[in-house]
Amino acid sequence: MAAVVPTTTYYLILSAVLFGIGAAGLMIRRNPLIMFMCIELMLNAVNLSFVALAVRFGNIDGQTAVFFVMVVAAAEVVVGLGIIISILKRRPGATADDLAELKG
Amino acid sequence: MQLLVFILASAMVLAGAIGVVVRSNPVHAALSLVLTLFGVAVHFVALEAHFLAAVQVIVYAGAIVVLFLFVIMLLGVDKAEDLSIEPFPVQRPVAIVIGAAVAGLVIAAVVRARDTLQEGTPLPADGDENVRALARNLFSDHVFAFEFTSILLIVAVAGTVILTRKEKRGVDQ
Repeated sequence: MAAVVPTTTYYLILSAVLFGIGAAGLMIRRNPLIMFMCIELMLNAVNLSFVALAVRFGNIDGQTAVFFVMVVAAAEVVVGLGIIISILKRRPGATADDLAELKG
Repeated sequence: MQLLVFILASAMVLAGAIGVVVRSNPVHAALSLVLTLFGVAVHFVALEAHFLAAVQVIVYAGAIVVLFLFVIMLLGVDKAEDLSIEPFPVQRPVAIVIGAAVAGLVIAAVVRARDTLQEGTPLPADGDENVRALARNLFSDHVFAFEFTSILLIVAVAGTVILTRKEKRGVDQ
């Protein structure tokens, strides 16, 4: 195999594609649980580009940022799933469109 | 060799991501998410970010996906939903176009900037150095942020408990 080493550009392109899939999935699916998983996909894309650039520039701050993103993602999932549970217990099978009726 | 690892891990990431979007059964979508998260962890290892790779597997694949599966089982929504029902027909094409446009714009920007990014200077490939450097950075420059994340987590847990708890009606206190 030729000595082609994946450069930072490769990782950034991969992370852009992953972010695009996550964003499209968030808009396509109407199940709140799947929409949450698509948000996790987008967060992972951002984490990947953070780490790739941190390695490229030899700056560890990017990896610290990824650590904080993971902590905030965990907290976000806990609160979000709590909200989803309390909605779906009341109305089984609710989709994201039905949640508009919560207002008022 | 590095290119092979990159290609295989990228295939895992993209296959898992597409699986999350197109699988009709939420359990299958969650398992596809695990595939993506492991692929990202492999990329982290390849980039010498060992600590983040471990945290990725433990926190994301271990905790967050288990939480997803737990909620799916708790709510009993582990049935395939009918994806052919689409109350708003233009939504899917528009969503795909927007997703492809976001990815395309970012790729165009990255490709334009590739000369700046070209010569990679890999971090020292010393096994423990990454963990040590990250710890030094986290507990010196970012120690206040680190402490605030503990407050964030405790608030999130307490808030969720209050949110999902059954209220006892008719009983004071």
